[in-house]
Amino acid sequence: MQRIGVFVCWCGSNIAGTVDVQAVSDALKNEPGVVFSTNYQYMCSQAGQNMIKDAVAEHKLTGIVVCSCSPRMHEATFRKTAAAAGINPYMVEIANIREQCSWVHKDMVTGTEKAIILGKAAVAKVNLNTPLTPGESPVTKRALVIGGGIAGIQTALDIADAGFPVDIVEKKPTIGGKMAQLDKTFPTLDCAACILTPKMVDVAQNDKIRIFSYSEVTDVKGFVGNFDVTIKKHARYVKEDICTGCGACTEKCPMKKVPNEFNLGMDNRSAIYIPFAQAVPKVATIDPNYCNMLKNGKCGVCSKVCAAGAIDYKQQDEFIEEKYGAIVVATGFNPISMDKFDEFAYNQSKDVITSLEFERLTNAAGPTAGKLLRPSDLKHPHTIVFVQCVGSRCDACAEKGKEYCSKICCMYTAKHAMLTRDKYPDTDVYVFYIDVRTPGKNFDEFYRRAVEEYGVHYIKGMVGKVTPEGDKLKVQASDLLANKQLHIDADLVVLAAAIEPDKSARPLATMLTASMDTNDFFTEAHPKLRPVESPTAGVFLSGACQGPKDIPETVSQAGAAASKVIGLLAKDKLTGNPCVASSNELMCNGCSTCERVCPYGAITYENKEFRMPDRTTAIRRIAVVNPAVCQGCGCCTVACPSGAMDLRGFANSQIIAEVDAICK
Amino acid sequence: MHNKNQYLQEELLRTSGVNPKKCMRCGKCSATCPAYDEMEYHPHQFVNMVESGDIEPLLNSKSLYRCLSCFACIDRCPRGVEPAKLVEAVRLAAIRKQGANHLKADDVPAMLDDDIPQQALVSAFRKYAK
Amino acid sequence: MKVSYFPGCTLKTKAKELDAYARKCAEVLGVTLEEIEDWQCCGGVFSTSRDEVATKLSSVRALKAANDKEQPLVTVCSACHNVIKQTNHQVQTDAEFADKVNRYMAPEAPYSGETAVYHYLEMLRDLVGFDKIKEKVVNPQTGKKIAAYYGCLLLRPNKVMQMDDPENPSIIEDFIRAIGAQPVIYASRNECCGGYVTMESPELAKKKSNAVTGNAAAAGAEMMVTACPLCRYNLVKNGSEIPVVYFTELLAEALGVKEDTNA
Repeated sequence: MQRIGVFVCWCGSNIAGTVDVQAVSDALKNEPGVVFSTNYQYMCSQAGQNMIKDAVAEHKLTGIVVCSCSPRMHEATFRKTAAAAGINPYMVEIANIREQCSWVHKDMVTGTEKAIILGKAAVAKVNLNTPLTPGESPVTKRALVIGGGIAGIQTALDIADAGFPVDIVEKKPTIGGKMAQLDKTFPTLDCAACILTPKMVDVAQNDKIRIFSYSEVTDVKGFVGNFDVTIKKHARYVKEDICTGCGACTEKCPMKKVPNEFNLGMDNRSAIYIPFAQAVPKVATIDPNYCNMLKNGKCGVCSKVCAAGAIDYKQQDEFIEEKYGAIVVATGFNPISMDKFDEFAYNQSKDVITSLEFERLTNAAGPTAGKLLRPSDLKHPHTIVFVQCVGSRCDACAEKGKEYCSKICCMYTAKHAMLTRDKYPDTDVYVFYIDVRTPGKNFDEFYRRAVEEYGVHYIKGMVGKVTPEGDKLKVQASDLLANKQLHIDADLVVLAAAIEPDKSARPLATMLTASMDTNDFFTEAHPKLRPVESPTAGVFLSGACQGPKDIPETVSQAGAAASKVIGLLAKDKLTGNPCVASSNELMCNGCSTCERVCPYGAITYENKEFRMPDRTTAIRRIAVVNPAVCQGCGCCTVACPSGAMDLRGFANSQIIAEVDAICK
Repeated sequence: MHNKNQYLQEELLRTSGVNPKKCMRCGKCSATCPAYDEMEYHPHQFVNMVESGDIEPLLNSKSLYRCLSCFACIDRCPRGVEPAKLVEAVRLAAIRKQGANHLKADDVPAMLDDDIPQQALVSAFRKYAK
Repeated sequence: MKVSYFPGCTLKTKAKELDAYARKCAEVLGVTLEEIEDWQCCGGVFSTSRDEVATKLSSVRALKAANDKEQPLVTVCSACHNVIKQTNHQVQTDAEFADKVNRYMAPEAPYSGETAVYHYLEMLRDLVGFDKIKEKVVNPQTGKKIAAYYGCLLLRPNKVMQMDDPENPSIIEDFIRAIGAQPVIYASRNECCGGYVTMESPELAKKKSNAVTGNAAAAGAEMMVTACPLCRYNLVKNGSEIPVVYFTELLAEALGVKEDTNA
């Protein structure tokens, strides 16, 4: 039999205002197992905690019920108090008589009645509580960052700076991500390459960081502190350690008609290529879809011209297995396809482009060497129409657009418009907007400068149709403030395409058992208070994989994710949550139901030898819970058909006892 | 806000199935409307004015008879508001009144030529008269 | 293959050739068009108003007649197709409306939207197959640069019509390729010709039609094809600089049966 002490908190007038705390402590005095009951103004205060400690000593308590605020608030406080008094911390139960009682009830009678019932339920539970001890697991002091854009780069640099080894896995041949494709960055207009490439070099030179480029994660096992990850290094048919990145092969390669993805297909590259001059690693890669040697064995030019002898047509994909303590997802974003928005004629005219394509057209390293020339005839466009929110804020068109605001478009469009007017004052620039959203430091000032100093025509309204005719793009649009339909003969139309998470994110989330929202953005553990952690322990989020973000925000989040990783890797051992599932192996029938419902991959099956009543032995398949991975969600206990699965600290018998106490 | 047209408004919203609150004021309906120049009230204004109960001007406007029912505003609206359905509902509310037919049989002969397809006639009657 | 066929009023009067070629070509392609008995005019336009019931009954009767024969219902005129398909969709999705039309018609078995409605073009694509048409072509229209004119009614509202991508359709272009000609893509192919408003405001129809034909001609088209008599009327009447023909006429020519058709 337990010896339970009940401590009813007034929380000043927060509870005592609508709950008769004296009546509650009196009523609970008579509950089974209760040997002591009292109330006090602030139970969480030092005096209140001492009251608990004294009572434990005086009444030889084995269990404690605190009727107070939500356990989210002070469960940890009272567990510490209990431990200090020599009681197992898991012998403490909180009855929430504030958020779930005094704050929601208006009169003393019902408030008191409910507080007593909640107290009784907690007492009933403590009667069945058993001491629990959290397990410990070691931590592998190495981090994995998936994605080598600015988010992944910053996270890796910060983790390495704290002294921990980091690996970056990037599926493209170079790190750098979307930022490497940008021209200038808002709101200060620094050149993207000038601020990004030094960071890329830092990554390459940091002896704590390894880059697996042209690689992807294919399997993740294990749990926080102890992940086992398989990385597939795609064959690039070039020996990475020998290639000097001299570029002789790319010059001599006869196959030069490959659409250049770095310039979004607006020019061509060779079949063996280095994506851009500042690529890291600066190593050539052979595109097997276009290389004549790999396709039909005829060519071999690159091998002949390579002085270092780095070409290896026989190279195979390689699988690397590595252990990590923490994983950071930084898989980034892409603009959505414009195929389903052909009222803007993206598929009909080369001169209708996306904003990312515009970046390349204005970039000195782009297909036009930074001269703003329209793709169809390489003439200078004199009238440019920018269309905002193409595919963003789309409610009706879930199959083609996105419901959310893509967040970055207002600012980069203001930047494009401003830079165009700055460089080419003879150009008329129109921006069609629904709302201009500029909440960021110096953002609205930036947009206003585009309007006031640079004379960009901002028009409230949407474009309805773009009709290419002759060498013009006839733009038909609304000017809502003038209540007019406008017809503009444009030379270039730029669509601010919505952004979406990279397609690799969904399968990766499955591997990581990390949750995603309906848009395939990774979900945070808490939208405000734990924004860089995934609900899956040991998995962290960096950059646009969690939601649309601009560069300053991405870099801040990348640093935050790194600090969380550092906090984890700095520990030698991890203390687990003892309230985890466990299976009664005598009752388990090996059906695998629990394994299928477990969102964390914490349950496996093993064959175990049992002694049968007739003294023979039998091999039976039984569920085994890995307590380090289990998050105690309880899905398995509900799903288990034989009732073998139970949650420590929240056993079925304890829950039923609570319900019985409430219904009595 | 007092709305003297509450009954008519509810009726229009019910028969059209349109929820004007979904509108985010982007104006794409009016941007795409092929009859825009011939309308005094444009598709986005139908949505706006019905929402605010300002319906009389719409009932008396020739805009009702210039909508081509091409459904471009329906397909291109990013929020699924479907303004043309509202135009149709207001038009029916106008022509269903006794003697309010917009097109009278006697007017038709003057509109005809040798090639005009029957389809144009029946469509115009459906749209303009009850 | 036997299908129910709804020709519509215009195909019996001003657009007889659209009908005649459609029937002849169907024969060649092994499809029997069984004209629905006692069909009535569809009304030309679909009312999106949920309380318009009586004006949609003729469409429901046609749908029901096809359903009684367990056949898909095929239309040629874009307007008939739009009205009948939208009516069918309303029967499927609006229980109150379905109940009302069934009470009006008092059929032995209620109609609840079972009939599959095909435009003749969809029949060519989905039931016959453009590949099969390609095989049957004896007179390929090689070298002809043809602009497909969809207008509004075939494609919109897309949620209901589900014929093709409403902004980037390809069904008529694929048809043009199947008969050996070269499709010309232009942005105005899904813009309105002016429709029935031509009665009241010929100026509006002229403006809209000229924008369409001008855009097609500027894109290099030598000819336009359409499925809708009203579209054709508006485009031709308003002085299209290039000929506008019904797609069935071109099909008949390609299949080598144009001369045999009593159009």
